[in-house]
Amino acid sequence: MKNKSVSHINEKINWKDITPGGVITVSGSADEFKTGDWRTMRPQWIQEKCKQCLLCAPVCPDSSIPVQSKQREEFDYDHCKGCGVCFKACPFEAIEYIKETK
Amino acid sequence: MPIRDRMSGNEAVALAMKQINPDVLAAFPITPSTEIPQIFSQYVSDQQVDSELILVESEHSAMSACIGSQSAGARTMTATSSAGLALMWEMLYVAASNRLPITMAVVNRALSGPININADHSDSMGARDSGWIQIYSENNQEAYDNYIQAVRIAEHPEVQLPVMVCQDGFITSHSIENIELLEDESVKSFVSDYSPAFSLLNSEEYAAVGPYDSPAYYMEHKRQQAEAMKKSLSAIREVSRAFESLSGRKYDLFESYRMEDAELAIVIVNSAAGTAKEAVDRLRKQGKKAGLVKIRVFRPFPHEQIAAALSKVKVLGILDRSESFSSIGGPLFAEIRAALYPAAERPPAVNYIYGLGGRDVTIDHIESVFADLEKIQSTNETGQEYRYLGLRE
Amino acid sequence: MENMMEVRWHGRGGQGAKTAALLLADAAFNTGKYVQGFPEYGPERMGAPITAYTRISSEPIRIHSNIYEPDYVVVVDETLIDVVEVTKGLKPGGAVLVNTQRSGEAVRKQLKHQDFEIYTIDAQKISLETLGKNFPNTPMLGAVVKVSGIIGDEDFIQSMEESFQHKFASKEDVKEGNMQALKRSLQEVVKYEE
Repeated sequence: MKNKSVSHINEKINWKDITPGGVITVSGSADEFKTGDWRTMRPQWIQEKCKQCLLCAPVCPDSSIPVQSKQREEFDYDHCKGCGVCFKACPFEAIEYIKETK
Repeated sequence: MPIRDRMSGNEAVALAMKQINPDVLAAFPITPSTEIPQIFSQYVSDQQVDSELILVESEHSAMSACIGSQSAGARTMTATSSAGLALMWEMLYVAASNRLPITMAVVNRALSGPININADHSDSMGARDSGWIQIYSENNQEAYDNYIQAVRIAEHPEVQLPVMVCQDGFITSHSIENIELLEDESVKSFVSDYSPAFSLLNSEEYAAVGPYDSPAYYMEHKRQQAEAMKKSLSAIREVSRAFESLSGRKYDLFESYRMEDAELAIVIVNSAAGTAKEAVDRLRKQGKKAGLVKIRVFRPFPHEQIAAALSKVKVLGILDRSESFSSIGGPLFAEIRAALYPAAERPPAVNYIYGLGGRDVTIDHIESVFADLEKIQSTNETGQEYRYLGLRE
Repeated sequence: MENMMEVRWHGRGGQGAKTAALLLADAAFNTGKYVQGFPEYGPERMGAPITAYTRISSEPIRIHSNIYEPDYVVVVDETLIDVVEVTKGLKPGGAVLVNTQRSGEAVRKQLKHQDFEIYTIDAQKISLETLGKNFPNTPMLGAVVKVSGIIGDEDFIQSMEESFQHKFASKEDVKEGNMQALKRSLQEVVKYEE
């Protein structure tokens, strides 16, 4: 029951090993659920144009714009679903919104 | 030292709750269970308990508050009846499938309509498939004893399921009867402290509860829940034995009364069992081999044990205090017949729907059932299996 | 069952018939008996006819049905005699106790006397003189204790003293009035003799 990870909970788990009621006994486990491959459109950060105004980071519904020492960093493409909200929010055309080609 | 006292079934349950001293009681009042949270609120005001009392705007909210609070790691209780239990419906399933050991006092009352405030089992029988353990009580003593045991059954590591403890509205909930109480300290050590395997307020180990299950996972969770229900049979017996050594009062999954050599037997639940025992005694005095089985645990249903207990009976009468509208009988009838199906030799069984909406059931009524059973035995003709008792024809 | 005494109470909502039924159970409990006290519940309204029951036994009581063949019937409100058949099922040799200012003779005629005893008591007068209000239930409780002899007078008075101490903890005068009402009722209940 006391699982330090949720990685063992996958579609192969049997009824005896699954956690009671689906309880998840670890924090931040959503990080292990990669949603990046849901993207059909992709935000592209153009660092030269970026003023680090940080209007983009808080509007991201998925915490996919990491901020360190008051500076935004590269997109977390493991989780970014490509919704484009950050692209709309950027006043400096520092985010492009292009077709995902991966 | 047992304490000799007298009180109503509601007072007895409220007192059990006080002695257990839960972390939270969340409730909304409804007749005939209102007195339980009402008396408990007095305990809270008088600081006789450490509990947080959450007064909510509906029973749906009451059960929701219980779910939140128990998930947070607090030992939580509530009480309700009839339409109140019905309004909890959705949340009953959440409590059970989230494996939360909430305990609830259900004071059985008919469901509308026509609107009625008196006893029958349509409320809790309707909730029989919600995943809650169901324990039934003949009188105030059993309601008190069962409630204390319910906490330990629910929190048993092999179980982790909510438990409802039922008694008949007004008939026992509002009737003053003798009772033997346990000392506060005995109850406290019997239930001990609640230490959940996980909880939302545990800052050492985080937990998230109630996630979405896709079809790839849902069945595994249901199967696991069913396993817990199955295992609770032995947990209930284990707790009953511990309670017996504390109180001297013996409990099991059901009670067999004068069944040793019984040829004619009835199966019954809650307060009418007391009346029926008087009928059995009368018949025994006449030399008739009458016996009675009183169901204590209806969920999980102790099918193997029941089948064994009824194996030597010649004719069986099963009394249901609720309709299931299956058109072949009440819920208890269905369970008993299913339990007997694997047996090589099954006694003929007839069902009686009785006592709906508080219709009184007397010793004479029960004797008439035994007279019917005797007739079936002597004529070998079962006749109509699905009958009503105490109905104006 | 043989040792069981069964009492049926007839009153109107608000007159305390239920309370009296429970207090009788209480008093018997205090003398070591097994008891059961319960009302017949429905939607309650002031003035509507109500029925309450008391069972007293030297053995544990298991039966959970209403009382159909009482040993004693207590009529807290005599206007009910025309409304419900108060003596229905009353055991031969049993007794009916009626709160009335009328003579036992008048009550007997109204009851179509059969094989039971009739007792009368003016509970309203006792209540008005001791409590200043019409609470006939307390005198009727005293009367049924006296008539049935289920509890000795002294044990009963002592037991009720304790019950009222608890019930009227902050109202000494109410407690005192009720005790007076009980003591008088033990004296003033009268058996009708032809």
